[in-house]
Amino acid sequence: MTMQPLRRTTFGLLGAVAITALGALPAAAQAPAAGGASILDAIKARGTLVCGVNTGLAGFAQPDSQGVWRGFDVEYCRAISAAIFGDPNKVRYVPTTAQSRFTALQSGEVDVLARNTTWTLSRDTSLGLDFGGVNFYDGQGFMVKTSTGVKTAKELNGATICVQPGTTTEQNLTDWARANNVQFTPVVIERLEELVSAYASGRCDAYTTDVSGLAATRSSQPNPAEHTILPDVISKEPLGPLLRHGDQRFADLVRWVHYALVAAEEFGITQANVAQMAANDTRPEVQRMLGKNGGLGQMLGVPNEWAVNVIRATGNYGEIFARHLQPIGIQRGPNALWTTPGGQQYAMPFR
Amino acid sequence: MSDIPLNTSVAGVPEAAPRQPPALTTGPIAWFRANLFSSWLNTAVTLVLAYFIVRYAISFVDWAFINAIWSVDNNQTQACRALKNSATPGACWAVITEKHRFILFGTYPYEEHWRPALVCLLFTALYVVSAMRRFWRWELAVVWAVTLTAIGILMWGGVFGLSYVPQERWGGLPITLILATFGLAFAFPLAILVALGRRSSMPAIRVLCIAYVELIRGVPLISLLFMASVMFPLFLPEGLNIDKLLRAQVAVILFAGAYLAEVVRGGLQALPKGQYEAAEALGLSYWQKTGFIILPQALRLVIPPLVNTFIGFFKDTSLVLIIGIFDLLTAGKTAIVEPAWQGFGVEVYIAISVIYFIYCFAMSRYSQNLEAELNRHRNR
Repeated sequence: MTMQPLRRTTFGLLGAVAITALGALPAAAQAPAAGGASILDAIKARGTLVCGVNTGLAGFAQPDSQGVWRGFDVEYCRAISAAIFGDPNKVRYVPTTAQSRFTALQSGEVDVLARNTTWTLSRDTSLGLDFGGVNFYDGQGFMVKTSTGVKTAKELNGATICVQPGTTTEQNLTDWARANNVQFTPVVIERLEELVSAYASGRCDAYTTDVSGLAATRSSQPNPAEHTILPDVISKEPLGPLLRHGDQRFADLVRWVHYALVAAEEFGITQANVAQMAANDTRPEVQRMLGKNGGLGQMLGVPNEWAVNVIRATGNYGEIFARHLQPIGIQRGPNALWTTPGGQQYAMPFR
Repeated sequence: MSDIPLNTSVAGVPEAAPRQPPALTTGPIAWFRANLFSSWLNTAVTLVLAYFIVRYAISFVDWAFINAIWSVDNNQTQACRALKNSATPGACWAVITEKHRFILFGTYPYEEHWRPALVCLLFTALYVVSAMRRFWRWELAVVWAVTLTAIGILMWGGVFGLSYVPQERWGGLPITLILATFGLAFAFPLAILVALGRRSSMPAIRVLCIAYVELIRGVPLISLLFMASVMFPLFLPEGLNIDKLLRAQVAVILFAGAYLAEVVRGGLQALPKGQYEAAEALGLSYWQKTGFIILPQALRLVIPPLVNTFIGFFKDTSLVLIIGIFDLLTAGKTAIVEPAWQGFGVEVYIAISVIYFIYCFAMSRYSQNLEAELNRHRNR
């Protein structure tokens, strides 16, 4: 132990040098992924799930006035905890920033990252990470003042558009404009608050970012009805929980917790009626999912009544959505069940 | 020449009563005339500035106090939003009423908030006690050790019936005070050693100290924090995790140490060579010379730049927001993420700046007094 401070000092000094050699990061990043230790067993032994969340994003993860984490992503942490322990509160939330999130996962500081992260090929492969399904289909859209009468994005030809710099948002906008022969003048502002006030004060005709972000901004305006989110979505941003390579069983569990939430909505199982459904429902798939027969839980390495515990703790996918995202004005849209037109949330069969 | 007695009235004129000097040459009126209205240009500038100052002071008082809303029920902020967009805008202090405990203590368990509150009081009491010269005895080190241990026990818990609170739930003012206090308490001795090392005649030590100072000063604090939080964990075996706050704390100590070392070196170089030679002539060893002769004089010389660096670091601790630690400023920013409270940043930032101002201004005033007192011998 006495070696620790010395090593830290040395690394601090080395690090100052190494910061110029950041190219080495991906190579270093892959190193911890090699271990084959079971993450699920480690979680069970520890007695808590460590969940990386956003430091604060309306609707997805934010501490309330009493410091309790709430939001759509937070419910996924609670659901996984409920599946493993039967108790949704055995979670430690670690706030992570956009820069620190992947390291936190790679180094084992967190077990799972429920932090609105877009599923892309490079993240899935070179970072040594795995995605546990898509729990929210997001995409870049536009918001305009209702009074302008603009109905589709292509009518924005010649408009002034507010956009944040340095993100894929700016690139998506340029790509889309070129592909669709739309001329526009960008107003590029770094800070979100200033960007929104530039839009609100009329400096830009339209404001572009992910649809979930647009909805959150719209709901915080004095009169949300004065603003319209256009139906066009110009990029794909599938968000989902993120895991590190090394324990496929834990990845399976995270994936099937999501499917259980979606399937529960499909079967009409809610937080209120889950106990009754588990006892009385006669549909074979419901019986298998809720652990009455089939032993699906054991295959996942958790108690057979895992799905009952999850739904009792958080409700089904639709209930979670209604609790956290509908109040800030996000419509189901592509996140509706596959049984409704335009919906893409689809659970794999429980058998 | 005939002598005229001084106290006789001339030519029957009755003796004049002693008069006040003309009001236009002394007193506040004269001061105003000389400094604010001495020429038409000065007068014009004074009047224009006075107009703006009065006008903005009035609208600030209107905004901050008269039109302000102090509390709302149940997160219903419509009244605040209406007020913000009305012709007579006012502050929505309701955001502070609702969120003050989150801003001060972050995600610390709500029912245990008395613990971080006590920690803040202990820190402040520790500063006050350390500031009084009559307590400057060796026992003060014991007081520090005991207080810091008590602070650790209060924050972590897990003993004496206190529930255990993991570090990632700490937040707000205690984080700022912990980072600043531990940072400076460890950086200062480090800085003295490095400053002495830089002036050492032993080449290995001198080169090491120079390399340390120049490396740390050559990179921004943010990059050190990134190193500590993003790259350092990748060098460790999987599963071995050093506490995030501790990593940030070490980065802050290393950074503060390098800057303070240069300040201390400035003091060492300002001492006349005669002092060193006189100490050596007395046959004092190196450490006796340094401890009794050199450092007491050198540190006294550099009080203003030292305090300048201290104040700077107290505020620099807010940079830990980029690695996801909720210090006072980050907690304030997070408090206004909730949709109902979005858009009330000004009120939250004002409240936070008041807290920062209290600590920084106290430091600055105290250093002025200390400087005057310790340098009294120069003002004979």
